[in-house]
Amino acid sequence: MSLDRWIALILLGFCVVYGYTSWFIMDASLAPFMKRNPIWPSTFPKILSVLGIVLSSIILLGFERNVSNTTGIDYRRLHEYKLGQAVLLLLLMVLYALVLRPVGFIFSTSLFLILGSVILGERKWLLMLPIAIISTLFVWYLVQVVLGIYMRPLPVWIGI
Amino acid sequence: MLEGILLGLQTAFSVQMLIMVIGGCLIGTFIGMLPGLGPMSIIAIMIPVAISMGDPAAAIILLAGVYYGAIFGGSTSSILLNAPGVAGTVATSFDGYPLAKKGKAGKALTVAAIASFCGGTLGAVLLMVFAPALSSVALLFHSAEYFALMVVGLSAIAAFAGTGQVAKALLMTVVGLMLGTVGEGTMFSLPRFTMGIMDLQSGLSFVTLAMAMFALPEALFLVLNPPKPGTGKGEEIKELRITRQEAKSIAPVIGRQSIQGFFIGVLPGAGATIASFLGYAVERNIASKDEQKEFGKGSIKGLAAPETANNAACTGSFVPLLTLGIPGSGTTAILLGALIALNVTPGPRLMLDEPQIFWAVIISMYIGNIVLLVLNLPLIPYIAKILTIPRNFLIPYILFFTLMGAYIGQNNATELLILIGFGVCATALKFADYPLAPLLIGFILGAMLEDNFARSMQLYDGVAFITARPMTMVLLCVAVLLVLLPSLRAKQAKIKSKGIADGD
Repeated sequence: MSLDRWIALILLGFCVVYGYTSWFIMDASLAPFMKRNPIWPSTFPKILSVLGIVLSSIILLGFERNVSNTTGIDYRRLHEYKLGQAVLLLLLMVLYALVLRPVGFIFSTSLFLILGSVILGERKWLLMLPIAIISTLFVWYLVQVVLGIYMRPLPVWIGI
Repeated sequence: MLEGILLGLQTAFSVQMLIMVIGGCLIGTFIGMLPGLGPMSIIAIMIPVAISMGDPAAAIILLAGVYYGAIFGGSTSSILLNAPGVAGTVATSFDGYPLAKKGKAGKALTVAAIASFCGGTLGAVLLMVFAPALSSVALLFHSAEYFALMVVGLSAIAAFAGTGQVAKALLMTVVGLMLGTVGEGTMFSLPRFTMGIMDLQSGLSFVTLAMAMFALPEALFLVLNPPKPGTGKGEEIKELRITRQEAKSIAPVIGRQSIQGFFIGVLPGAGATIASFLGYAVERNIASKDEQKEFGKGSIKGLAAPETANNAACTGSFVPLLTLGIPGSGTTAILLGALIALNVTPGPRLMLDEPQIFWAVIISMYIGNIVLLVLNLPLIPYIAKILTIPRNFLIPYILFFTLMGAYIGQNNATELLILIGFGVCATALKFADYPLAPLLIGFILGAMLEDNFARSMQLYDGVAFITARPMTMVLLCVAVLLVLLPSLRAKQAKIKSKGIADGD
């Protein structure tokens, strides 16, 4: 089974859960006077769930022929791509999300930019370090002073 | 109307707005040049900046500047490197790159700049004529018609998605609508599909979703499969002048393509990309025999046609956004989201209630086109240098701006994890050829669609509004036809090609 049909299967599951919630669970909490209303909070989701189930089944059962590959990238050749780099970058992003608050903006962002370049194979340290640090400080200034959004610049244990 | 135009002039010529236009055009041009990054990711990255400025007119002027700047910038890399920066400028490379190879890169860039300028400016004139006209018609619409109109818009987007893609595009739209129902609806103060999680009570964040759908997958694709450095070597740019004869030969092309491109842009789902390919094909067909041979080998007409059409289409796509409040493309959907976030609801009332926004946007398009022409003609050789920035430096920055965009919108680190999660899902969807723009359009239109549906249901005490209002009925029939026709054609193609093994 090709990837688009696997995804259709997953989306079908999603639509079924969504539909089950809207058809059988949501209406329980509806106030009695609301039941006289021609439209309930669950009406629109009910329609959507039916549409979603029908459409994902059409794709899953292959009623529509898949003709074009518009993105120009093929998942069957995934192993030829730089999968390792992409996964490492994703992990780096998760790490950044986790440490942004406790470590503060300046350290975590400089580190993110430097490690990101390192993952992609850059080794020109003398160029990389100043660019990362200067642009971090610049963005922090822009967000904090120009846009007026507070971001903790330094780690929790140093203060502010 | 004149009063509105004057108000728009006043707003658009203030120093702040001029800075927005110039800044937007510059940013758009710079990033549009980089192969692999489309206007949608740039605009997605720019939204938090635009929203935190707090002024809706400034925000949409900035974002619109980024939009047509990106389309403009994309043509430079198409011509110089044969590596189009955005899909809308692929057709530009057909004739632009051969011209550059012949040593006429300067001339090609000039033709592209002039064609873009004329396309954008003529498009803005048409926008000025058609938007108020359409918006006065749209004022007659009721909730029921609005509901039907949105259904037509959404199905048109799916119908234009291409053969074999209609069901996928529709499914993505429905998933987008489903994601839009998460949180408390405006009609009923009842939390829906929040699974008891407090953070979901206010719904999913549009900025996060936009970043996850466009910016993150595009950046990941750049990592996975680095674009080939382009077949060109970056020819030397000299001799920017074009002769009077050349100007004469492209003038009718520009005239025709501005109009055609504009109207293609107005249609929901058909944007700059379709307009540029169609413009190229039409001009090739109506050219004389001798000129036809030139197409693909460095014809000036073949370069002017797609460049004019894509810029005119960009402007055209603002018509449904500004008059009906219905976006026809992913880019205008993001603009709509940004406007809603700033408490402005685009629609027929926009021209009456907020004339300074409506007209300032249109006036700013003239200014933007002049800015692009003036900035780019003399600066092109220097701007083209940006194409040599190594991607090892670039990609971490794109990822960082994506994360930052989601973070400063919500000031919440959990939002970043949601962004990464959705981004991975979006990348998987992109691998499987599911179009992502319908999902975002569905998500943004979801609340409005449901509100109008609920209001009509209440007014007519049930679904009677479909039969009671002929206009609604007609629009809904059009929507069904739009979906069925391409599906039937695909079915026929399938029957014809029976006997050919069907993939895996």
